[in-house]
Amino acid sequence: MGVAGGAWYADDRTTDAGATAAPATYPFRGEHQAGIVTPAQDRLHFAAFDITTGSRAQLVSMLKAWTAAAERMTQGLPAGPVGPTEGAPLVPPDDTGEAIGLSPGGLTLTFGFGPGLFRDDRGRDRFGVAQRQPEALRDLPHFAGDQLDPAKSRGDLCVQACSEDPQVAVHAIRNLARIGFGTVAVRWSQLGFGRTSTTSTSQSTPRNLFGFKDGTLNVKAEQTDDLSSYVWVGQDDDQAWLAGGSYLLARRINMHIETWDRQGLEPQEDVVGRTKGTGAPLSGGTEFTPLDLTAKGSQGPLIPVDSHVAVVSPERNNGVRMLRRGYNFVDGSNALGGLDAGLFFIAYVRDPRTHFIPLQSKMAGNDAMMEYLQFTSSAIFAVPPGTKAGEYVGQGLFT
Amino acid sequence: MTDPMRFVLPVAALATLPFLAACTSNTTDSSSAAGSGGPITVTSSDSSCEVSTAAAPAGSLQFDVTNSGSKVTEFYLYSADGKRIVGEVENIGPGLQGKLIVTADEGSYETSCRPGMAGDGIRAAFTVTEPAAGSQAPSEDAVLISRAQNKYRVYVQREANLLRAGTERFVAAYEAGQDAKARALYPVVRSHYEAIEPVAESFGKLDPELDLREADLEKGQQWTGWHRIEKDLWPQRDPSYRPLSPAQRKKYAQNLLDNTKILQSRISTLTFTTDQIANGASGLMEEVATSKVTGEEEYWSHTDLWDFAANVKGAEVAFEDVKPILEKRDPALAKTLTQRFAEIDRLLVQQKSGNGYVLYTQLTPAEIKRLADAVNGLSEPLSHLTAAVLP
Repeated sequence: MGVAGGAWYADDRTTDAGATAAPATYPFRGEHQAGIVTPAQDRLHFAAFDITTGSRAQLVSMLKAWTAAAERMTQGLPAGPVGPTEGAPLVPPDDTGEAIGLSPGGLTLTFGFGPGLFRDDRGRDRFGVAQRQPEALRDLPHFAGDQLDPAKSRGDLCVQACSEDPQVAVHAIRNLARIGFGTVAVRWSQLGFGRTSTTSTSQSTPRNLFGFKDGTLNVKAEQTDDLSSYVWVGQDDDQAWLAGGSYLLARRINMHIETWDRQGLEPQEDVVGRTKGTGAPLSGGTEFTPLDLTAKGSQGPLIPVDSHVAVVSPERNNGVRMLRRGYNFVDGSNALGGLDAGLFFIAYVRDPRTHFIPLQSKMAGNDAMMEYLQFTSSAIFAVPPGTKAGEYVGQGLFT
Repeated sequence: MTDPMRFVLPVAALATLPFLAACTSNTTDSSSAAGSGGPITVTSSDSSCEVSTAAAPAGSLQFDVTNSGSKVTEFYLYSADGKRIVGEVENIGPGLQGKLIVTADEGSYETSCRPGMAGDGIRAAFTVTEPAAGSQAPSEDAVLISRAQNKYRVYVQREANLLRAGTERFVAAYEAGQDAKARALYPVVRSHYEAIEPVAESFGKLDPELDLREADLEKGQQWTGWHRIEKDLWPQRDPSYRPLSPAQRKKYAQNLLDNTKILQSRISTLTFTTDQIANGASGLMEEVATSKVTGEEEYWSHTDLWDFAANVKGAEVAFEDVKPILEKRDPALAKTLTQRFAEIDRLLVQQKSGNGYVLYTQLTPAEIKRLADAVNGLSEPLSHLTAAVLP
């Protein structure tokens, strides 16, 4: 542990040497929030909060405190200005300490505002910002097969913490929750591991818990035109404060792991529409060969029409794409001894009404994979644009 | 019911049968293939068909086919006259691999790659020599297969007939407002549906119209069938529920009966292949695992154990039908499955109550866990049944 308030990891490049070339820190401030197109880190702690205060001033004050702590932690500094061991003996430290000596592992903290920040369940304006609620920021509709746990769904605020180190991600959420007590309360949170998407062409495609490569066709950081079309809210969309921001969809998708494992390799591949080994589409080629949905086999398309890739493919959905940033999760086992596991789906889209809801409805009704999925949690948040120098997170909404 | 996927699989399996053969192999198959000198590699380009050997000893043969061309390809093993297909693997996209595992007697054959899936294919002679020492002669038993198929067909038809007759009685009681009688009939009659559920699910929209649960409804979708009436008979879990009027009762009841009649008449013309029978058994146990042992299927009535028992019964009948084939091909698997079915039956008998079963809500967590363990213990080896009984 170094000087109070100083970075507590020696050298980001050498800490991670050999393992990955990913930098240990990303800038907190910028045009867009970090943690969206940032190359997906390996670990997640996602938290949704209820706002417990009725005071706008108190909420803004907390957002300022969150901003300061988040900026510090993403740069490898303790959450508070004093530090975990540097303070007065009888005062609880302003950083909880479990990240002492750890590299930030590329920690990003991404903040979002849920529908409940604008209006309560009876539609009443909570903080004088109801008129600024974007049209698209509404609770998602019920989709066929949803078996949502209300206690693990929705939220007035969210924080997505991503890092290569799970303890760093947990540390960040823990310290932000601590700062928020009295203003916000954690409603639910989710740990994730093994990023299931690539958000940069420099990353290889990881596998989900079905054992298949996932997110091959994801929108990537390098595809700037696609980011403008499908991820970033535009200047002319309905709320100017959200321009340069995005919408975050979070859906906890339990997989019927044990049932899936009893399917033959070929039926598994027919459900996904890709080979399990290389991830090549069943129409042939290698992983990044474009899908050929019209390629005919002896009894119909080589890629079955109800396979996952066929159902959600951009070409069958008005070209719509989304930036996925999901993680695998295993929350131990359920009462029957099955893995309580699956995919914590996170997607960033420019407009959920056109870029997500139609696709999710179609998937719920047509995707062969639904047989093995159960949606247990669901939430939507508006993610403000990047925080500029001297600003606090989401300042545009309150000024 | 769970999802449309399940409806399609067993029927589609007929068409993809050789493909299934290519991708699922039981341990007996792979060990004997290895024992015969390992897989034979085939490289199919747009204009050539290179087979790594032109001869192999009788028994289980494995062809690993790579498509090096630009067209979709297929690979066949034909009898010597070039007409009868002994085995095939289809739909191999450019750059992809396929597997054909086939049991072949000593004799002359032809191999064929069919790039573009058109024409006679690129053929070559292939010889199956005498079995390697110690390997078993392949056992094809057309009589056993035909007997299994007939028995299962008769069973499914009988269940469909009982379902139809029972539904008529149930509907009459429900429409007449005899709720106690309707409640008593509900789980009993549904058992005949649950016993043949994968077959019922193969008719597209019929299963959702008959068996959809409220949670599975899409926005704007009309809720009909058994579970709609279930809620009307057992509305306790929804304090704000408004009972159906006599006219509404009649509407839902007649819809249920009409659809059941359609189902029964369609089933009366069905025949089944052995892999469909085996897939049906696995499908039934998946139903148990995902919605019955969790108490999700009968959300209002809690009569899940009737469904559970009917699914198991249907799976067991399917298994018993193909068991004579399995006993020749993989006696160890036959023995394991027999034991595991017996175990699950033993647990179910413990939950008998009168002519039926206790309610799901009367089970202790430990009892539910034991049932779930038994379901897993059975389902895992059962997932190898299809590959083991393929022709």
